[in-house]
Amino acid sequence: MAVRKLAPEELQPESFVFSPETEAFAQQQIAKYPPGRQASAVIALLGKAQEQAGGWLPRKAIEAVAARLDMPPIRVMEVATFYTMFNLEPVGKYFIQFCGTTPCMLRGAGDIKRVLEKRVGDQNHVTADGTFSWLEVECLGACSNAPMVQINDDYYEDLTPENFEKLLDDLAAGRPVRKGSQIGRNRSEPHEAVNTLQDPSLYDGSVVGAWRKRFEEQAKPAETGEAEAAIASVPQEARAAKPGAGRPIESEAADTPAERVKQGETPFNPVDQKEAADPSVATKGKSHTEEGARSAPQSSKSYVASPGAGAVPSSPTTPNAGTPPAQSETRRDGSESKPGVVVDKDNMTS
Amino acid sequence: MAKIIVDGVEVDVPAEYTLLQAAEAAGAEVPRFCYHERLSIAGNCRMCLVEVKGAPKPVASCAWGVRDCRPGPNGEPPEISTKSPTVKKAREGVMEFLLINHPLDCPICDQGGQCDLQDQAMAYGVDTSRYHENKRAVTDKYLGPLVRTSMNRCIHCTRCVRFTAEVAGVPDMGALWRGEDMEITSYLEKALGSELQANIADLCPVGALTHKPESFHYRPWELTKTDSVDVMDAVGSSIRVDSRGREVMRILPRVNEAVNEEWISDKTRQIVDGLRLQRLDRPFVRENGRLRPASWQEAFAAIAAKVKGTDATKIGAIVGDLAAVEEMFALKLLMESLGVTNVDARQDGTVLSPAYGRGSYLFNTTIPGIEDADAILIVGSNPRIEASLVNVRIRKRWRAAPPPIALIGENADLTYPYEYLGAGPDTLTELASGRHSFIETLRGAERPLIIVGQGALARPDGLAVLSAVAKLTQDVGAVTDSWNGFSVLHTAASRVGALDLGLVPGAGGLSARQMAQGGVDVLFNLGADEIDIAPGAFVIYQGTHGDRGAHRADVILPAATYTEKSGTYVNTEGRVQMANRAAFAPGEAREDWAILRALSDVLGRRLPFDSLNALRAKLYAAYPHFAAIETVQPADGTAAIQALVGLGGTLGREAFTSPVKDFYLTNPIARASGVMAECSALARDLKLEAAE
Repeated sequence: MAVRKLAPEELQPESFVFSPETEAFAQQQIAKYPPGRQASAVIALLGKAQEQAGGWLPRKAIEAVAARLDMPPIRVMEVATFYTMFNLEPVGKYFIQFCGTTPCMLRGAGDIKRVLEKRVGDQNHVTADGTFSWLEVECLGACSNAPMVQINDDYYEDLTPENFEKLLDDLAAGRPVRKGSQIGRNRSEPHEAVNTLQDPSLYDGSVVGAWRKRFEEQAKPAETGEAEAAIASVPQEARAAKPGAGRPIESEAADTPAERVKQGETPFNPVDQKEAADPSVATKGKSHTEEGARSAPQSSKSYVASPGAGAVPSSPTTPNAGTPPAQSETRRDGSESKPGVVVDKDNMTS
Repeated sequence: MAKIIVDGVEVDVPAEYTLLQAAEAAGAEVPRFCYHERLSIAGNCRMCLVEVKGAPKPVASCAWGVRDCRPGPNGEPPEISTKSPTVKKAREGVMEFLLINHPLDCPICDQGGQCDLQDQAMAYGVDTSRYHENKRAVTDKYLGPLVRTSMNRCIHCTRCVRFTAEVAGVPDMGALWRGEDMEITSYLEKALGSELQANIADLCPVGALTHKPESFHYRPWELTKTDSVDVMDAVGSSIRVDSRGREVMRILPRVNEAVNEEWISDKTRQIVDGLRLQRLDRPFVRENGRLRPASWQEAFAAIAAKVKGTDATKIGAIVGDLAAVEEMFALKLLMESLGVTNVDARQDGTVLSPAYGRGSYLFNTTIPGIEDADAILIVGSNPRIEASLVNVRIRKRWRAAPPPIALIGENADLTYPYEYLGAGPDTLTELASGRHSFIETLRGAERPLIIVGQGALARPDGLAVLSAVAKLTQDVGAVTDSWNGFSVLHTAASRVGALDLGLVPGAGGLSARQMAQGGVDVLFNLGADEIDIAPGAFVIYQGTHGDRGAHRADVILPAATYTEKSGTYVNTEGRVQMANRAAFAPGEAREDWAILRALSDVLGRRLPFDSLNALRAKLYAAYPHFAAIETVQPADGTAAIQALVGLGGTLGREAFTSPVKDFYLTNPIARASGVMAECSALARDLKLEAAE
């Protein structure tokens, strides 16, 4: 997390008074809560005060919110410093929150960051003309349109260094800009071509329960060594089967394939099917169900069932004196709190 | 009540108990940092993890109620374990986490030797660290002259935040930022505004907050601990005086549920440096207008020469605020033997007197009794500065379930909201005549409490005010067989003891004011420093500090402070308590009773005791209730009220003002203390700032 601090004294405004609009908002927010519980509105009021003060919270604004809500200033300060969305130092007219989390990073956020560093400078730094400042933040939840930034209240997605430079130019020049995707895509719809979820069997009800069938088929021909190994990796202390476990509660849904079969129609609407299979919009893809049945991968790093009493360490749980904890024979990972379970430290169970 | 099995021991505890309390009831020890029984539950240190049978993982016992536990499958009581391997492992893990960022400061840390983290790391931790990473660094914060910070050591238990917000009622501490960046600080790093702030350093389980005035002066194991009682106000907080050699090093609170719970005010704690500064360590005699050091014999001879040539009606004695019962008793006997009736222990001019019965001057409700009151009226008092710990009780009562509270007098910040009725006697009359709705509240209350302070009594019309308050008390039915809601709040530690002894002017005797204004030729001043003595009289000052009284004196007899003698004090409730000697008086200073005994010999009126025990035997024979240490002898409330109501009188028009103008400088010891001076200056600044 970026180091945050209060704005230096010379940047703090002399005073802060709620505008009529903020006051009206405050009254509306406070009215949501029972009398005497007005402090519950603190986040809403801080947000509005930040809006009024130009994107950041001066100290006087924090004190004004405290006075309005009859709270000690330190309590409001605690809230304002806790949430990173409250800026405690001045920001540019366009405050760019740049997403640097994994999906955006994989899709080229590094290039976007370089553009920001070149055009705007360091993080938390306002350009000389006061137009821009930027901050790297964690995932903003628009991963399908990565890379993206949030500028003030809006998302700007599908960025490339070129279109992002242009976006910044337009903003700086006051020209109208397009919010959302910068490559003409509608929200997060497939770009250029549909290439996922095209297998018709996904929609005809045939995959319902397929995993169970596959499982049973696999269990029968247990002759080959491979299959044996597959069975050995299945938990030995399997729980009693509950056929319904994990399934959604069945209800009469309107247009599911199963419902359509019941109604005597084809499981899949031919029109939809035709559309989905249209080569002009879809690329060819293979469903994994078409290939030979494979067992689902199992992580051997998780807890596995104890192969027997012999696996329980006979040594005491406290380490011998003088043994560094890291080299200790005994378990120091909390696993002994789960009786009947051992940790497969070396990943060698199966 | 609910049954619960702790480590195989079945105990029956109230259902609202937490698992931690239940474990303690069963005799199991549970380590903790953030949990404190007088603060709200935070549950953030995780040190108190225990295993609850049926729960998938260890639970924080401080935040889990007994009533929240599920019974066993056949209805057995819920079962917890505080000693299982899981619990041990959980504690080791928590301790390891706490120590990730805790510096290895112990050799230079003032908390060393009295540190919860140190002790618990020894008892519940592991012996090595697995961390190579750098520890986090946090800037130290300024919290005022009483609390030193070393925030690298902070483990974020938030006890200090909760104390200032809940008990002290001055919420200016908080936890800013979040996660690893969390920092405990005051708002904008201003000095704390509470008169109880030093308690946060006691509460701090690590060395992040330590006492600034005494920092780096001692190690706790070097100190001799003496249980004693505080004399800074009339509450009589239980304290422990820690001394090294001849010097008092620090004063700590002692747990006493009946008086101070486990808090003390900053004045009680930090006057330590005042005990060694400005001390009178040898007798002085005034010659040609200048005081010169003298021997005891010279001083006594000067007194004897003066007393022998003076008529008993022209001799007087005034007793100050810090005198113990023993020396007051000795003085009373001496004055009686001289035939002097001009004796007064009420230097502030209060009108309270044993003539109206003991119930007329005690805090009859008692301090724990405040918690039972269901309506409170405060008349002419600012309990926050006159008796901080009484105010803490009122605030505690208010926090439990806010009772109606009203005040007549100074409209000050008492840390809890109250209805402000008015400033002076007019309001009292209005209230009594039913023109305020609060009178109905008082009448409707089952156990109304009326606190009357010295601000309403230490004034010319004090008796009339006292009578009016008594009338009001009677009117609202505040004194019944089971409840006495008439409570007088004193400001001087010696006052109730003096009134019990009857140290008020006898027949034809002069009051303290009259004596000070020239009513006598020879004035014996037993540590009264809050009264201006007019020029003219020959003043014998027996006291501890070179303060106002010593400057006006013609003969100075150096005496012992409350930490240097064994003395009995009676607090505002009438609770008899004993202070013990923790150190010796400096130089030639002597214990007060011994000085008076020696003087009596020189005056030819030898007092009938040669030791403190003999004195006490005489005292207990004359006043048996002084022998009942730590107890309150209840007074007859109804008779006292009846006597007071009968007084009547005309009320003045002047507003009530608190007799305590500066909380930090109320007595000679506090005025000698540099720490108190600093606090006083700071408080003045804060006040000015607030007024802006």
